[in-house]
Amino acid sequence: MANDAINPYLGPVSPIFGRLTWDWIPYHEPILIGTFAGVALGGLVVLALMTKFRLWGPLWRDWVTTVDHKKIGIMYMVLGFIMFVRGFADAIMMRAQQALAAGGAEGYLPPHHFDQVFTAHGVIMIFFVAMAFITGIMNFVMPTQIGARDVAFPFLNNFSFWMTVAGALLVNISLFIGEFARVGWLAFPPLSGKDFSPGPGVDYYIWALQIAGVGTTLSGINMITTIFKMRAPGMKLFDMPVFTWTTLCANFLIVAAFPVLTATLALLTLDRYVGTHFFTNDLGGNPMMYINLIWIWGHPEVYILILPIFGVFAEIAQTFSGKPLFGYKTMVWATISIMILSFLVWLHHFFTMGSGANVNTFFGIATMIIAVPTGVKVFNWLFTMYKGHVRFEVPMMWTIAFIITFTIGGMSGVMLAIPPVDFQLHNTLFLVAHFHNVAIGGVVFGVYAAVAFWWPKAFGFKLDDRWGHRSFWLWVIGFYLAFMPLYALGLMGATRRVNAYLDIGWQIYFVVAAVGVVFILAGILCGFYGMFYSVMHRKELACGPDPWNARTLDWATSSPPAPYNFPQTIHVRGLDEFWRMKKEGFKWSTHYQPIHMPHYTAAGVLLAAASLVFGFAMVWWMWWLAALSFVAILVIAIGHTFNYNRDYYIPAEEVAEIEAKGAAA
Amino acid sequence: MSVTQTTSLGGAHSPAHEEHHHESPTPIGFWIYLMSDCIIFGTLFATYAVLGYSYAGGPSPKDLFEPGFVLIETALLLISSVTFGVAMLRASAGQLGSTVNWLIVTGLFGAGFIAMEIYEFNHLIHIGAGPDRSAFLSAFFALVGTHGLHVTFGLVWLITLTVQLKIHGLNEANMRRMGTLSMFWHFLDLIWIGVFSFVYLVRII
Repeated sequence: MANDAINPYLGPVSPIFGRLTWDWIPYHEPILIGTFAGVALGGLVVLALMTKFRLWGPLWRDWVTTVDHKKIGIMYMVLGFIMFVRGFADAIMMRAQQALAAGGAEGYLPPHHFDQVFTAHGVIMIFFVAMAFITGIMNFVMPTQIGARDVAFPFLNNFSFWMTVAGALLVNISLFIGEFARVGWLAFPPLSGKDFSPGPGVDYYIWALQIAGVGTTLSGINMITTIFKMRAPGMKLFDMPVFTWTTLCANFLIVAAFPVLTATLALLTLDRYVGTHFFTNDLGGNPMMYINLIWIWGHPEVYILILPIFGVFAEIAQTFSGKPLFGYKTMVWATISIMILSFLVWLHHFFTMGSGANVNTFFGIATMIIAVPTGVKVFNWLFTMYKGHVRFEVPMMWTIAFIITFTIGGMSGVMLAIPPVDFQLHNTLFLVAHFHNVAIGGVVFGVYAAVAFWWPKAFGFKLDDRWGHRSFWLWVIGFYLAFMPLYALGLMGATRRVNAYLDIGWQIYFVVAAVGVVFILAGILCGFYGMFYSVMHRKELACGPDPWNARTLDWATSSPPAPYNFPQTIHVRGLDEFWRMKKEGFKWSTHYQPIHMPHYTAAGVLLAAASLVFGFAMVWWMWWLAALSFVAILVIAIGHTFNYNRDYYIPAEEVAEIEAKGAAA
Repeated sequence: MSVTQTTSLGGAHSPAHEEHHHESPTPIGFWIYLMSDCIIFGTLFATYAVLGYSYAGGPSPKDLFEPGFVLIETALLLISSVTFGVAMLRASAGQLGSTVNWLIVTGLFGAGFIAMEIYEFNHLIHIGAGPDRSAFLSAFFALVGTHGLHVTFGLVWLITLTVQLKIHGLNEANMRRMGTLSMFWHFLDLIWIGVFSFVYLVRII
């Protein structure tokens, strides 16, 4: 943990260890030592168990080197849940601190630690939780929804995943070696410049996001190409399930927006490492340039997260209402409208910059216009349920909670879109309440819904219903308790990112919010326990390929799907092809053909490992190690291109064998 | 209820149909990558547009850029695009030796371009007009340097592919790689035309 007395620019820079000295190891911070001991102990237990049960070989062969989109999707979800625990631990720390630190009390977190906690919370929750979750869901579901065997570039998919992991690891390394950034999740300069943040914290931030960003951009390219080129024969664009449409639009946003983040962070890197003047206060630099650029990425980013989740809710609403989706075409066009409009509103994040009334008015109105296609979607979900035979299973419960919660969050968003109102609410807890209202009420609820919905497809058994409902109710109650008080606090003038406040009158609201977090914690624990319980009772919970009586092709595979997804190519004739197939009593032919599949490869994980070393070396100015790992990246990448043996055929007999087993199960 | 068990009609699909083959997704995937790269350049162009007049009391484009020098640089890169085009034609005609030769010629022109750029950067830093002198120079070095890094990467790729052509000949995978490298090379040419126009030409007239 950064001791404020340390100024790395005055400290020694060793040719071997760069600026890493013992002072950067936080052995004098009891909270961190405790965390480290816990993580180390837990890690050792996992390592020991894996060795005992001889799981290293299978882990490497079946998972680490896999190019199977379903396994990669599941690994993204595992990454998301692990990082979610980390990000939520940060949330608990903040809520506890703010519940205590009223009227001159200091609480237990000193400011430099509190600042790292809120920065890490935001970075982790957006980049390594929400992004990991939606990429995981898109990976698992989308290829099967379009009747494909895998994504267009299976190796690239594996590589993308491991780059995301490398970024996540770099963030977590910062917990025990050095410090994390203390600058907020978007690292605005000049605070994030080298004059005000000389330590390694911002560098950890930069390299973690750059490494993970490579993965995200490549994954976006991969998904778009998959949707354009790998659809089953006969499937026109307007025959695609809504989730596939939202995936397509979200990935367009990824490919268009993430390069801006990459370039912007690269410029900040140059400011910090080379001494350029992009965002400095002197020699012509312009910090507002950074804020414009980062939000040109940042606003589309929130739609990158929510669009696929809109698709998830559409799939769930139609399945559990036993009806085709109401207004399929309007749903698609609403998605496309949101995709385009999301690039026209970035300035609403800084109305207070002083761009003038005309500019602010334009962006205010553009922001309000986004509420129109979003409203179209809300009504489509509602009309899908209307006069349907709604089954209140766990995924549907999350969907209903989402519609209500997201609408509230959307309305507070429209309030913030009014520039004069924003001048009052800018950087207050009202804003924090708003974006958690849409991020939790939208993305997190959606992820829980998606996990409950597609879990049977992934593993062949359902999640236990009672624990699912318990988790649901605790989460929803906890959410409202935790965030409604923040709206009130924001209106009273409480600013975000403060570790202590003087007004005793605010404390009760912070205490209620902290109680809400306890409810959410209970909801999370019930969710995890439900998974554990279901695994233990998987025999009783076992189900067939189509447990929910769904409409789309992802349910035509066996549960769990065979490596090749579909034993034969499906010829699509229109929307909801699987529904039509079921009506016609479809069955797979027993005349199997060899299936063309990609080989597994270790190149992706090796490249990501080298990138992780490179990022770490850059953070600590170990130039020799940076050069070495960069050469390693080049050698592995070029070496991989010399491998021309990328694919093989699964013989027809083996396909027949797998299918016979699947049918028997 | 399993799909395999819901038997009656036998399905509308012919059981003996061929495994459906998709054409290679690589060209469109690579094209999408190029568009994302284009946005990186777009961001750097925008930065140059905003910061390009912030001299901070330092040198301006008129003090630094030599039209003749940049013109030769530009010519080298444009010619390399033409020679790459010839290499592609030779490859389509199945002439391996000639393809490799034209790729080598392309690489030499590209290397000449990079050599000139390194010389220019070195010269600017030497006379005190380095990237840390002013926001204008920061933006200049970032944009032109990013393009230069791309061309350097293209050269590494070109060498790699030449070796692979020697080993495996003009097979399907190598033809696909020729196609994507060609797209990459022409794309960098296009970006350079933007650099030449907006960074150099407009600012020295």
